[in-house]
Amino acid sequence: MVQSEPARPDESSRPPLLRVERVTKSFPGVLALQDVSLEVHPGEVLGLVGENGAGKSTLMKILSGVYQPDSGEIILDGKPVVLHSPRQAQDLGISIIYQEFNLMPNLSVEENVFVGREPNSGKVVRWRQLRKQTTDLLDQLGVRLNPGAIVRSLSVAEQQMVEIAKALSLNARLVIMDEPTSALTDTEVTALFEIIRGLKARGLAVIYISHRLEEIFTICDRVTVLRDGQLAGELPIAEATPDRIVRLMVGRPLMDLFRPEEAERRLERLAQRSPAPVLEVHGLGRTGTGQDPSAIVLEDVSFSLRPGEIVGLAGLVGSGRTEIARAIFGADEYDRGEIVVDGQPIRIGSPREAIRLGIGLVPEDRKLQALVLGLAIRENLSLSLLDRLSRFGIVRLASERALARRMVDALRVRTPSIEQKVLNLSGGNQQKVVIAKWLALHPKILIMDEPTRGIDIGAKAEVHGLMHQLAADGVAILMISSELPEIVHMSDRVLVMHQGRIAGELQREEATQEAIMTLATGISAATETAA
Amino acid sequence: MATETGAVTGAALERTRRRIDPIELLGRFAPILVLIVLAVIFTNQEPAFASERNFWFLLRQNFVYGILAVGMTFVILTGGIDLSVGSVVAFAGMVGAAVAKGSNWRDVSNPDPGGTAVLLAALAAVAVGAGAGLIHGFAVAKLRVPAFVVTLGGLAAWRGATQVMSQGTPINTFSSDYRFWGSGFVGPVPVPVLIFAFFVVVGSFVLRFTTYGRSIYAVGGNPEAARLSGLNTTGLIMSVYVISGFLAGLCGFLLTSRLGAAEVVAAQGYELIVIAAVVIGGTSLFGGEGSILGTLVGTLLIGVLNSGLAINNVNPYYQPIIIGLIVVFSVYLDQLAKRRRRG
Repeated sequence: MVQSEPARPDESSRPPLLRVERVTKSFPGVLALQDVSLEVHPGEVLGLVGENGAGKSTLMKILSGVYQPDSGEIILDGKPVVLHSPRQAQDLGISIIYQEFNLMPNLSVEENVFVGREPNSGKVVRWRQLRKQTTDLLDQLGVRLNPGAIVRSLSVAEQQMVEIAKALSLNARLVIMDEPTSALTDTEVTALFEIIRGLKARGLAVIYISHRLEEIFTICDRVTVLRDGQLAGELPIAEATPDRIVRLMVGRPLMDLFRPEEAERRLERLAQRSPAPVLEVHGLGRTGTGQDPSAIVLEDVSFSLRPGEIVGLAGLVGSGRTEIARAIFGADEYDRGEIVVDGQPIRIGSPREAIRLGIGLVPEDRKLQALVLGLAIRENLSLSLLDRLSRFGIVRLASERALARRMVDALRVRTPSIEQKVLNLSGGNQQKVVIAKWLALHPKILIMDEPTRGIDIGAKAEVHGLMHQLAADGVAILMISSELPEIVHMSDRVLVMHQGRIAGELQREEATQEAIMTLATGISAATETAA
Repeated sequence: MATETGAVTGAALERTRRRIDPIELLGRFAPILVLIVLAVIFTNQEPAFASERNFWFLLRQNFVYGILAVGMTFVILTGGIDLSVGSVVAFAGMVGAAVAKGSNWRDVSNPDPGGTAVLLAALAAVAVGAGAGLIHGFAVAKLRVPAFVVTLGGLAAWRGATQVMSQGTPINTFSSDYRFWGSGFVGPVPVPVLIFAFFVVVGSFVLRFTTYGRSIYAVGGNPEAARLSGLNTTGLIMSVYVISGFLAGLCGFLLTSRLGAAEVVAAQGYELIVIAAVVIGGTSLFGGEGSILGTLVGTLLIGVLNSGLAINNVNPYYQPIIIGLIVVFSVYLDQLAKRRRRG
């Protein structure tokens, strides 16, 4: 295999567009990057992977001029450059597309693309020319978008296209994308990949950062792996396998992420005992969102959940999965239908009541919805059970600390102390804190919305292990996930949503990725009505 | 460590391993350092500055700011603001005075009857303040009008109510019972300073050790996470405006008692000094971070500064300029520390 190396003479002979040479960067108390080197060639897509905290973001911020390295060099076109500011990086042709876009929501597409650089005569913007240049750019990208549309009204995928158009208008030669697909549907991902291939064909270099390995294999030519701030390895994609990449990322072989045998054992147990449902939802419906009062959010949603069961809730983003979770948890109102807990019909008016009934919710966005980042781990863990940890309204600090230590140990949260601010933890450890918070309450029903989103593979396996254990202890788990392998391997049953309705229910043996996608995209419904 | 709850036992060892950022540390201890430096400088210039007498004098000069700042800390911890405190002080003070003097409240030749009338006056002032706070809190938490707007409205409206009630003339002449609460002494200690100390201790205890206090930090730090954790966020947000209003009402009573008059212009512009004290003391205007002890330091810093400027015969008109600069600088330090932390 080694002899096949000369198969890429084009790459080795052509000079790289960008070389990062032994870059080191430290922050107070942390060595974020140590001696990291990489290079990327024109017309190449380089995948950059690593667990959370491996140094990807730091490296990206150095390349965009936000941080300056302590030592090492950045060489662009064979010449060492010093990037003092994002503006300067931009001028040199390096554009970054962050997970959170830098767009002005109340301006139009064209105004965003050319913001601050509008074609003008004197002080007056030449709107017609602006429209034409924007249209040209969008055409080059093969994107159908109205240049006059207000950015706020666009979907996430469309906003991303605006960002890419903006990068092109700046004559970018290197585009860095940070987790570009995290909020996209599968169709949108396919469209994005088309665009990336277009950029490649035009000789641009792309650095593609993602947690999703299958995407790396689809779109990248090479992959660079970071671990603990160091370069763990670099492979042409032809030589890479998921197992090899994971091994480089975590420093050990890929353990079975899902442990499907646990699910099989659980199914047998459920079949023997056939316990009564702990949660039943009948005909749940809700009409109207903040933007559109007549939009149907949920319609005739009915299902049940038994103790000791993990039920997967699949569907495209926006299909109503999260809305079901929030309705059951009392976080959002619902107009129609009934929720039954332990055989008792109940109207749940607030999260507070839901918690009292033994329902927990791990929300989809841990930073925005689950954690108070400025508070310590201890204070976050006890937030939902302050009543139990207090006497006469005074928090019993000793019990609180004991609880925090117990949960941190049990879930193996990696932290120097329970007094550490949650802000300073990695994504995986933050997610463990969120889960620990609910475990401490001993819920009967636990709804987990994207329980492993954006966390590294090691932490994913641990979270899955925890879910199996909880189910074995009799907790009913409703798991919402956009990751089909997770849905397929973890769930005992799968509910698939499409446009606010449950499009179908699949038993474990029927639940293949194809079957789920067919239901989620509504193809089956369309063919049925046609037939 | 002003914001940490008193972890004493096993956590001491763990704490040493935590990362410490010098800028963050500086930001945290800057107010107290500045306070000490200022005190030393002024004592050098005027040895009487460090006298016991001046100490109590200084506290008595600033107790209204101090008590209001305790309430303001609660409000700002939730990410809100209360611009109405000065006007509520004036209105509650006026109502309290009128209650004490009864039907002859315009009579400047006879004082109030004293005794229970004073108690009623205090209760009325406090009730008016808490009621005003309840209205503000309702508008902020239930009607979702931004706190800045609600309390800016309050700033105008309560001052207006004071004008309407007084018709432009102050209420004067009070009994010695009435004057005791603002001007009396217990030993060497001025009575209002004792009351101030009481609220500093209670406020600090509530924020550090109670579930309520913890909930305030959580709501300020992340309202959505707090709600999804089962906290009654609407009620919590309403409550801080009630606390602020309650303390403003109390200050209305105390200030009338101290000055011997309920005036239309009483406590005008106090909101700025109070907010300055809280912010200088390290409470974040974005909510979720801060402490009453920090606020106490902030209040003292402003007090010492004013007094020192007087020692140096600086025209008092310069005072707001200096306070303005300090406020901006302390928020800058806070931002700097935040930016240095990696997300």
